[in-house]
Amino acid sequence: MTIEELEQIAKSVSQENEKYDFEVNVCMDLACASQGSERLREALVKAVEASGKKVLVRRTGCMGPCSSGPLVRVDPQQALYHHVDAGHAEAVVASLGGEPVPDLQCDLHEHFDKQVRVVLENAGHIDPEKIDDYISRDGYKALLTVLTEMMPNGVIHRITESGLRGRGGGGYPTGLKWGTVAKAPGDLKYVVCNGDEGDPGAFMDRSVMEGDPHRIIEGMAIAAYAVGASKGFIYVRAEYPVAVARLTTAIREARRRGLLGNSICNTTFNFDVEIRLGAGAFVCGEETALLVSIEGLRGLPRPRPPYPAVSGLWGKPTLINNVETYANVAPIMRNGGKWFFNMGSERSKGTKVFALTGKITNTGLVEVPMGIKLWEIIDVIGGGVPGGHKLKAVQTGGPSGGCIPADMLGLGVSYDALMAAGSIMGSGGMIVMDDTSCMVNVARFFVEFCKTESCGKCIPCRAGTSQMFTLLTRICNGTGTMEDLDLLVSLCGTIKETSLCGLGQTAPNPVLSTLKYFRNEYIEHIVHKRCPAGVCKMEAPVEVLA
Amino acid sequence: MQAFTPPPLPSDDKRWKIVNGTMRKNGFARHALIETLHTVQSSFGYLDDDAIRFVARSLRVPLSQAYGVVTFYHYFSLKPPGKHTMTVCLGTACYIKGSDKLVAAAAKRLGIPQGQTTKDGNISLMTARCVGACSRAPVALFDGEVAGEMSDEQMLERLERWAVE
Repeated sequence: MTIEELEQIAKSVSQENEKYDFEVNVCMDLACASQGSERLREALVKAVEASGKKVLVRRTGCMGPCSSGPLVRVDPQQALYHHVDAGHAEAVVASLGGEPVPDLQCDLHEHFDKQVRVVLENAGHIDPEKIDDYISRDGYKALLTVLTEMMPNGVIHRITESGLRGRGGGGYPTGLKWGTVAKAPGDLKYVVCNGDEGDPGAFMDRSVMEGDPHRIIEGMAIAAYAVGASKGFIYVRAEYPVAVARLTTAIREARRRGLLGNSICNTTFNFDVEIRLGAGAFVCGEETALLVSIEGLRGLPRPRPPYPAVSGLWGKPTLINNVETYANVAPIMRNGGKWFFNMGSERSKGTKVFALTGKITNTGLVEVPMGIKLWEIIDVIGGGVPGGHKLKAVQTGGPSGGCIPADMLGLGVSYDALMAAGSIMGSGGMIVMDDTSCMVNVARFFVEFCKTESCGKCIPCRAGTSQMFTLLTRICNGTGTMEDLDLLVSLCGTIKETSLCGLGQTAPNPVLSTLKYFRNEYIEHIVHKRCPAGVCKMEAPVEVLA
Repeated sequence: MQAFTPPPLPSDDKRWKIVNGTMRKNGFARHALIETLHTVQSSFGYLDDDAIRFVARSLRVPLSQAYGVVTFYHYFSLKPPGKHTMTVCLGTACYIKGSDKLVAAAAKRLGIPQGQTTKDGNISLMTARCVGACSRAPVALFDGEVAGEMSDEQMLERLERWAVE
């Protein structure tokens, strides 16, 4: 495969598409699929055949606003239809060439206007199972350009220049990590993609893997060239069967096109990718645990250093990045480091994809420039809290993160600002809570999660999360005391300071952040034996006034 | 050194050939343990002692290590599943929309705690950490099919349909 051949493919795709007068794109992501978008697609195909119009019906990845699903976008009019079911198919096809169907049209301008799409640029535009669709949107162009025109050093320089930081949540500078792996001695090196999206309430990586799998493969191949690796692994949760299937197809197609394998683009660069399945252990999202899991062992983390960059998979230097990090690589190579650097805030560059869920009107997948204010995401893009309820908190970072109270929505979204507020950027789950959520109960939920998911290797995490859970359960059911609260705080400090890996070190965060901003709720539970949100059931007898 | 000969298949059940295929594809390498266990579970529905022994011997992994891996990862099950499986997602978004109440209602209706199968082997009640359909919370899976914005009534109705089959 050469750049000329790539352009030839892109040209033939656009020639093929020109045969059609209209495109009807149907979102087939999990949320829309669970509401019958496959039946809808079949009905659309039938309606098109009956009408005799020249229409391309395409299945696509996630379009974003899942709460309005199933979604259909008609091009070239760019009309977006919401809540479409199979019964609407004929009306949709009949409207082609005329006025859009008024009942189905949705006005989500505010939702989309504030978003900037880099990682999700192809979402809703390509069929994830067709490599040619990806190629027609500049896919693999970055890889072939890099292979033929750039030195590995130049690639690392460009990534460094872009200011890209790890999108798994840690925020480690990507260029620095690549540089370390490149410099590490050894002929055999690996690149690994962390697709073990374990944070409950987060599904960005799933949508990217399902909706645009080639983007990840291309990012990994560029990374492999930069650091001198020839073998890659994508570690995916077994709970994401569709992502596994799409990635498998994508790898097969890329091999067939000569974009994976030996002598890619007639250069000396060889690279191939294999998929490894997770098996439902949250701790495997931690890099050292993930690597031993790929080796077929129990996913137990180990102390760092040595970092995987020096000694990773089978003791070899290993580059490990998150799905979204790799998804940013090809656009940076295509558009330049400066282009990326100019987006975002001072120390957090580019965009971030968030899975917006919970008590919010427009749930779904959004991509926003770093630095955007939280209220813009919640009120403008998300459409606010429905049902006349009041926003109480926004949870980011999953079980490692924290809750940001409603009066801090002026906060700009960046690694540092979220950290300073007691939460973390995390992988991108953003869960909105209203006045019907009890913050003590939420803290207990996350601690229960960490308690169950603790691998048991180190004592602070194994025993500490268990004790935290006991204390929080007591507070929740009204049998806790103020001494319990003090003990909880000191326990949090110990676990944070002494745990082996990120799971334990961050497990106290949900407790600490709710204590910081919602201490009164803890006090209400302990002193007045009542749950302000009415969630917790009190066990202690309420004293009856004589 | 004598070449390693993998042990014979436990029975002429065709599914063992699929399992063997996964191991052969990986050159009977030890790191294929998790991959192989996945194949066993997807073919047989669960992992029994015979299967774990067979895989351990084929890959030359100590039995203790194979058992350790099986019990470490939540995805692997040592018990056969019921004819039908309902899984309630307990991810954060589902939780704050009341999925714990769904579990409680289902447990009451079926008379079993979560993680168990009804005595007649008809329905298993499971929970999941997060299936990634958070925008449609609360979510339940009926034999793997995702159903969003689930209410108690809808869920019980679907369980009822399974019960009378």
